[in-house]
Amino acid sequence: MANDALYAVPRFRRSGDTALTVEVGDGIDADVNARVVDLDRALTERALPGIVEIVPTYRTLLVCFDPVMLSRRDIEAEIMALWPPVAPKGQVRRRWTVPVAYGGDNGMDLDWLAQRLDTTTDEIVARHSAAEYRVYMIGFMPGFAYLGGLDAALHVDRRPEPRLVTPPCSVSIGGQQAAVAPPLASPSGWHMLGRTPVRSYDPRRTHEPFLFRAGDLLRFRPISVAEFAALERAAETGAIIAEREEFKV
Amino acid sequence: MSVDLEIVEPGLATTLQDLGRRGFQRFGISASGVMDPIALATANALVGNKLETAALEITLAGPTLTCAGADIRFALAGADFAVAIDGRPVSSHETHDLKAGQRLSIGTARDGARAVLAVSGGFQVAPMLGSVSTHSRSQLGGLDGGALRAGDRLPLAVPGLPARPHLMVSPAHRRRAQGAVRVLLGPQDDAFSAEGIATFFASDYTVTALSDRMGCRLEGPRVQHAGAVGIVSDGTVFGSIQIPGNGQPIILLADRQTTGGYPKIATVISADLPRLAQLRPGERVRFQAIEEDAAIQLARDMRERIRRIDASLVEIQRTAVPTSDHLLACNLIDGVISAFD
Repeated sequence: MANDALYAVPRFRRSGDTALTVEVGDGIDADVNARVVDLDRALTERALPGIVEIVPTYRTLLVCFDPVMLSRRDIEAEIMALWPPVAPKGQVRRRWTVPVAYGGDNGMDLDWLAQRLDTTTDEIVARHSAAEYRVYMIGFMPGFAYLGGLDAALHVDRRPEPRLVTPPCSVSIGGQQAAVAPPLASPSGWHMLGRTPVRSYDPRRTHEPFLFRAGDLLRFRPISVAEFAALERAAETGAIIAEREEFKV
Repeated sequence: MSVDLEIVEPGLATTLQDLGRRGFQRFGISASGVMDPIALATANALVGNKLETAALEITLAGPTLTCAGADIRFALAGADFAVAIDGRPVSSHETHDLKAGQRLSIGTARDGARAVLAVSGGFQVAPMLGSVSTHSRSQLGGLDGGALRAGDRLPLAVPGLPARPHLMVSPAHRRRAQGAVRVLLGPQDDAFSAEGIATFFASDYTVTALSDRMGCRLEGPRVQHAGAVGIVSDGTVFGSIQIPGNGQPIILLADRQTTGGYPKIATVISADLPRLAQLRPGERVRFQAIEEDAAIQLARDMRERIRRIDASLVEIQRTAVPTSDHLLACNLIDGVISAFD
């Protein structure tokens, strides 16, 4: 059970006079990220006056605070008192199923990847949609989900020259990671496999502008171009078309 | 029908900003918000608004504006810009009344880079995710998620002139801070060689023209990494100084990406963030490491300065139509009053 990637005690890194970076483990690792999620929850529940915002990432929490109300030492002591954070019993987790139209105009790198990996596009789609992914963090842009759990057969280095613009709602892979982009065009050095009608971010969907959060599980489901069009029309009205399943662990 | 401030010419990068979005960085939403919070507080205090009221942030070259439906009172604070009403120059850093149909032209910045234009009563714009701050990359805030464009109309919350005296910023409070930008080392100073850190603190860096609200890109002696250039991406703050593979520092600003994969050698102290807003392309900066306790004291001092912002303002007497004689008179008054500071 012991995972060397987990630190015995957190490593504190100063990020100016208004933030503290708390590093809980090494590298991109599901156990390390789970500890980030658990510490995020535990610290959020403490609701310390003076903590302004907490940003969970792969292996760190960025704790932003008001230095006039709270000192860095206070926060470090608080975290040590909560250490090691544990997930509450009966915790609810979420598993999303995200429909994807693979290849063609939706996934401009699928053919290239098949050549590069000396396989078929069907095989890539099958492997990409068979895996269960973990949302490690949301970052880079609104609702952009970084996913771990990509089939090792699909690990391909990023492009040497990033593209300046890639399509909104792209589903992509880069190195050992996968991603779902929000409905915004963005620069990227990753490989574009397809697009989803799901809007991971939609500020007009005021009750739930963001769908995914760190610790969620996620799968992809291949869909046709026709189904993509139908689902996209539904998404335009504000419907959440990603399927969501909640379960207790 | 609303009474609107109309954008005749938008200027280089004019955006609606308040203090930005808090609590959404975990969802990839940049805080955004005004680059120079002291300028926002000052401009709002001049026109009698709450200090955090949303206002227009103006960069290097300003907009031309008009309001057909009402007289409005406005003030500019922050960088010193050329300002004119119907072509007649007026002073920055003080309140003026713009009569219905007159044109307000903000020219270029004479010193510094960014000013805030506040209008008495503020604007009637619906917040998105708790703020009206514009973040173009997320298409959030402002009127339609972007910088203001010609023909845009900003509805005024309280059209008309307030019943309060005209005010100006006392000259002592207009000066730009000089000297090195102060930082705390970290969070990833261990990703740099001793030589790299020494270079970083011993060198002048020039602000490049590629700088914007996302980041201030600097050019100068290369800062050497100790080993790998990449880190596992983590969260960023306003003031994080990241060093990509080319060794050229980038100071992350209000519109920065929420996470980044380059090591961050140091972080600008919160009290020096307003100074970053005023850096002009071509200007040189140098960094100085200070102690954490000193940074916190400076943060307290800045908080106190904003809390007591009214103390930096002085009343001015003005006839209905300012004349050059009158402007000279204002300067005389200004000299006398500053003697009491």
